[in-house]
Amino acid sequence: MLIFEKSHEGRYAVLLPALDVPEMDLDVEDHLVRKASPELPEVSELQVVRHYTELSRKNYAVDVGFYPLGSCTMKYNPKVNDALAELEHFSYLHPYQCEEDIQGALELMYHLQRFLCEITGMDAFSLQPAAGAHGELTGMLIIREYHDIHGNAEKKKILVPDSAHGTNPASATMAGFEVVEIKSGPDGLVDIEDFKKHLDNEVAGIMLTNPNTLGLFEKEVDKIVELVHEVGGLAYYDGANLNAIMGITKPGDMGFDIVHLNLHKTFSTPHGMGGPGSGPVGVKDFLKNYLPVPVIEKRDDGNYTLEYDLKHSIGKVRSFYGNFTVLVRAYAYIVSMGAEGLKKVSQVAVLNANYLRRKLSERFKVAYDGLCKHEFVLDNYEVWKKWGVKTLDMAKRLLDLGFHAPTIYFPLIVKEAMMIEPTETETKEDLDRFVEAMFQILDEAEHNPELLKSAPKTTPVSRLDEVKASRHPIVRWKREEEEI
Amino acid sequence: MVQYVPHTDDEIAKMLEEIGVKDIEELYQDVPDHLRCEKLDLPEGLDELSLKRHFFNLARRNHPLEEYMVFRGAGVYNHYVPEVVKQLSMRSGFLTAYTPYQAEVSQGTLQVMFEFQTMICELTGMDVANSSMYDGASAVAEAVLMASRLTDRYRALAASSIHPEYLQVVQTYTSGVGINVEMVAYDKESGRVDIRTLREKIDTGEKPSCLVVGYPNFFGVIEDLMLVRGVLPKDVMMVVVVNPLALALLEPPGSFGADIVVGDGQPLGIPPRLGGPSFGIFATRECYVRQMPGRIAGMTQDLEGKRGFVMVLQTREQHIRRHRATSNICSNHTQAALMATIYMSLMGKSGLREVARQCYAKAHYLAEKVDRVEGINRRFSGPFFNEFVASVDVNPAHLDEYLKAHKILGPLPLSRYYPELVDSVLFCTTELNTVDEITFLVGRLEAVRNADL
Repeated sequence: MLIFEKSHEGRYAVLLPALDVPEMDLDVEDHLVRKASPELPEVSELQVVRHYTELSRKNYAVDVGFYPLGSCTMKYNPKVNDALAELEHFSYLHPYQCEEDIQGALELMYHLQRFLCEITGMDAFSLQPAAGAHGELTGMLIIREYHDIHGNAEKKKILVPDSAHGTNPASATMAGFEVVEIKSGPDGLVDIEDFKKHLDNEVAGIMLTNPNTLGLFEKEVDKIVELVHEVGGLAYYDGANLNAIMGITKPGDMGFDIVHLNLHKTFSTPHGMGGPGSGPVGVKDFLKNYLPVPVIEKRDDGNYTLEYDLKHSIGKVRSFYGNFTVLVRAYAYIVSMGAEGLKKVSQVAVLNANYLRRKLSERFKVAYDGLCKHEFVLDNYEVWKKWGVKTLDMAKRLLDLGFHAPTIYFPLIVKEAMMIEPTETETKEDLDRFVEAMFQILDEAEHNPELLKSAPKTTPVSRLDEVKASRHPIVRWKREEEEI
Repeated sequence: MVQYVPHTDDEIAKMLEEIGVKDIEELYQDVPDHLRCEKLDLPEGLDELSLKRHFFNLARRNHPLEEYMVFRGAGVYNHYVPEVVKQLSMRSGFLTAYTPYQAEVSQGTLQVMFEFQTMICELTGMDVANSSMYDGASAVAEAVLMASRLTDRYRALAASSIHPEYLQVVQTYTSGVGINVEMVAYDKESGRVDIRTLREKIDTGEKPSCLVVGYPNFFGVIEDLMLVRGVLPKDVMMVVVVNPLALALLEPPGSFGADIVVGDGQPLGIPPRLGGPSFGIFATRECYVRQMPGRIAGMTQDLEGKRGFVMVLQTREQHIRRHRATSNICSNHTQAALMATIYMSLMGKSGLREVARQCYAKAHYLAEKVDRVEGINRRFSGPFFNEFVASVDVNPAHLDEYLKAHKILGPLPLSRYYPELVDSVLFCTTELNTVDEITFLVGRLEAVRNADL
């Protein structure tokens, strides 16, 4: 039931203290006075508690079980970090309090900027972007501003590999660039010949993820970046897959000029059903005056300050200073892990992925040969051809067996793709159980394909009609629909 | 041992053997030597207890709002957040779930999105709403981009009286695709958008895609949306930036022909959090739904005909449409939208109106008292919700310090954003300000002229 359907006229949940100043009638033109109250539910506090408790139980979550969603880094979200972020001394700060009142917060943000610089090999960071895609847009606008200031009017194109996240081309377009797709070679890496074909004066920059979305390390990354630099372009690093390489190698050392990170992936802040996350952007020294304002600086007297005066700043990309309580969690994570911890995180993330890959390759086709980094992609085209079972069906069956499904049908360059990222926080036993489930599904695909096509059966609802839902979208509740 | 990594050395050895490599280093054989880095220069890791101690030290150097009587808003408001909102929204089924790509195991999320969308539609009087944007500022920016997509026009008008940080974000977002954003001045007397200037802007130059206007605006002044809509040509879109709480009392923008309604959801049960994360509201008319950015949940049925929820119209989105998507937005702020959904369920029809009514009554009570203080004059005559601007005959920065010394987070000095309002400040009240606090503030405002500043 919807909360609206539990509503009973006149019922209420929360009492406010009685108004302690004289009652005031709304003093506006008559037509501005609300005539019909918004149709909000009228329910008791216990009804609200039960309703949302029930809904929370209808969700799969990291705290429920294994969530091998490729490119999403669904690792454990430490509880202590949530508790710290919720402290009154962090969550009840007003953005327009004076700097003196928020020194602890500014110090935390300053050190987070420094930590992220160290981890990525960049020189300056802005914590303002609210999400990965928001960071990408920020980065693209920096590239645009840079070329504008340098009079490079001809630079209109952004190169993006065909294996890239969908946000890459979308962000480049939003910044006013033309997107040129570069092909992947047979080894899953950027096809250097195809890449060179697109290299000319019009190239404003390139967006790369490394390891890429196939979980493969772009071995020639520094050469690619160098060639882009040679035609006057800038190189952008999509940090979605940083979890594979912390303490091993740095995007800055690969030659990248701009980086974004996803704190809700690599740095363990909870995904919250899709957000809020945080997508800080780092740059090399020559771009530091282009960052969105404010950045946090340390003054000579040891105090921290919000610095708004950056010569070429692209401006602001959101109000205030970023998703602060997400930053608090990420800072707590880095401080608790330390240098060795973060390196171990990456190593074990890669170990888990290779272990799973090795085990699954006994019976599944892995899209690309060789060792992977933090994730890998299965190619289930043969399963579909042989038994008529699609990757979607296998994914739905996994839900019945108590697992979240991997990312499916991405990257687009692999048919019937299944993209698996275990992360470092899963035990070997959990990986083994997942392998068993996958093998069971393969057996079922051969002997009982109908079971997969009608899966899932044990979930709160069975397979949902998405096509119908989008053809005639019903996107809100209305009272009269009760009768249907 | 490393926190949160469960592997024993023995297990690692077994797994390496299974993979067929001798050590973990070998897993990185594809990373060229010259790209390898030294050990990261970061502090040593901390156990949980030491982490907490470290944080309590940092926390001590913050002064949270509970130490103050708060008369400051300007986009972030000090409302009461019921315990139920805090506790339910932190349930791990919500907090540690991802985007509902697998609908059958995400019915909780999808139903929350659907309920949230319904509540936003109810508040704004619009047909459809998405399940959240990052914040009010980016929601306004996306609205301006959407207006250009729909009209194919690249000149936008924005009232200079919307939140100055929102305006900055609009400028940033539109710079890439070359939309020219022009300010429309406010009427110096009423604080509402200056209708004459608006008419002139419309009559000269290329036709604008939209006008962005606040309801209430940054000064707290309630715009006359009927009048504004009447001045705008039919095919120029009206984008309204709302304080959602005010809509419990004010006729919704949808009633006046608004095309897009946006705003920040922070007043609906989200702590100030130094400005984030809250969430952005985004609602529009049904006919524009396919140009709307962001995720939308819709109702459907499962194989047995049971009601269920899925994400709809995903072909607008970046993961399908790539560079032709309506926006690049992927992560949004669903968990903050959940807080608002729980908050609105708890407050309900009468409770939300009561909160708004108290905010309104207290602001007007304060305004009346302030009017009687010598040297302080209310700046605008237009009707207001819970904020108002006043000029003061002492230096606003000094006033701010003086009030702070008396444990008051006072009205915000406006000179930083509006040079012409160098002598003015923005007062705010919420339901949390008691009559005693108001009396105390007024007493300090009377005393400040004689104080030694």
